[in-house]
Amino acid sequence: MIPYASIEQAAFNIMKKAAIEIPEDYRQSIVSMAENEKNELSCFVLKTMIENYAAATTDQRPMCADTGLPRYYVKAGNDARPEGGFVALEKALRTATAQATHDIPLRPNRVHPLWRTDLNNNVGINAPEIDWSFEPDVDWIDITTVHKGGLFGTDYRMLFPGDGIDGIKRFLLDTLIAFGKRGLACQPAIVGIGLGGSKDACMVLGKQAACLRTVGDRHPDPKIAALEQELKEIGNSIGMGPMGFVGSSMVADLHIEVGYTHTGGMPMSVHTFCLASRRATVRIHADGSHAYRTDPKWFSEYSRRETVGWPS
Amino acid sequence: MAVVKTVRLNVPAAADDIASLEIGSIVYLDGVLYTGREGVYRRVIEEGEKIPLDLPKLSNVNFHCSPAAAIEPDGTYNVGGVTATASFRFAKWMRQWFELSNAKIIIGKGGMSAQDYRDLFVPAGAVYLTTVGYGTGALLGRGIKRVIDVFWVKELGNAQAMWVFEVENFGPFLVDSDLEGNSLFEQQGKLINAQLESLYAGLQAPALSRFGETDDRKDELI
Repeated sequence: MIPYASIEQAAFNIMKKAAIEIPEDYRQSIVSMAENEKNELSCFVLKTMIENYAAATTDQRPMCADTGLPRYYVKAGNDARPEGGFVALEKALRTATAQATHDIPLRPNRVHPLWRTDLNNNVGINAPEIDWSFEPDVDWIDITTVHKGGLFGTDYRMLFPGDGIDGIKRFLLDTLIAFGKRGLACQPAIVGIGLGGSKDACMVLGKQAACLRTVGDRHPDPKIAALEQELKEIGNSIGMGPMGFVGSSMVADLHIEVGYTHTGGMPMSVHTFCLASRRATVRIHADGSHAYRTDPKWFSEYSRRETVGWPS
Repeated sequence: MAVVKTVRLNVPAAADDIASLEIGSIVYLDGVLYTGREGVYRRVIEEGEKIPLDLPKLSNVNFHCSPAAAIEPDGTYNVGGVTATASFRFAKWMRQWFELSNAKIIIGKGGMSAQDYRDLFVPAGAVYLTTVGYGTGALLGRGIKRVIDVFWVKELGNAQAMWVFEVENFGPFLVDSDLEGNSLFEQQGKLINAQLESLYAGLQAPALSRFGETDDRKDELI
């Protein structure tokens, strides 16, 4: 049995880590882009961001005041038993969110969409979002929090099989250019592309591809991995850098996730995880102990299975 | 970064100092500034509430910002990170805001359109500074020396409330617009637009277009 208090404490700790500590994989990619960026303004922006990461760590203050829409991804082992069950686990996540909002502090971004009511704690109707997945044969629970800005950089389009790879390239260019202008997408970004699934699953997969895979990670299907590489290079050849200035630093990395879809369609979503790519993960073991990391390891052989049964 | 000019300005900003700002220069500020975005604009312009500050005497700098800040039960403040929000959404209120507040410097994310600079900023004698990145929350948070006051927390929530900050070496910002309405973003965008067509060369168009879809990728979208 995993004690309730251990879950709530872990959720609070990852909220704090996500807000303050830039994941090393992403920081390294910005350092390397700053070294290669030829445009003076774009280079200045990247170097300033690197200074900002250091200031956040030194001062223990959030790297970006738009602490996004803090939310969670929970992967529960099939043998995991949280005290109070999964309803209690959801309560722990909501409690930790409210506590973290006050203590760190996070900006209380969450408001009612119509009345704009702000409860000042980032909790409300359907907030924070919690995505669930499961893993066979283990008894731990992984909780990841992501703080991602919520206004720009995402789009969805129903493409068709005949549109082919050209259609994918065009829609990627459209989205990166549209939201890259003036830097609204806060690029360079980790770009996530969702391909297939139902329309809602397409959005979910793309978002997870952007937020839950690290820079340098490649899809296990070698042809998808090659497409990730090709699309990343296309993104960096637009001629646009941070803030929409002339430059070559647009895409820190690009990840694709796929889901089986309608035979007549090829839905596509694009998501951009920004210059403050905030994610933190904790594994809570059966004894309530915590192990922290920045790689969510969200996608697994199990989650990407295409067989009816498991093991296949 | 020897080529990019760096300037340090006292606020309230003097007319001469504002006139001397060149687009693309890096700016740091010392003095007092206040936050104001849609919540404050609605309240003052649409609902007719009086601005609770002595403007522009106290400050002529309006920051499009919501800080990551908490107000403790004893009334003290904990300001963590500070970043701007995208300004283009506030264009509809700016003419009246300039009249009521006498603001001469607007700070935000991403600038406003060149048309807005010509129509709204130039007549008001105002310039626009953009934050860098975006998301230099920790660097800007360091520059805040003190919360002087905060208004309308109950009515608007922490994020939309009007915060008044005393700042020191607060930045960096980049000058986007000058008193003539020139815009760094517009200039950079034009350079990038010049090669957009070539990126699409040879890629077949999708079978189904989107309703109202523009084919001119040079269009300003804000």
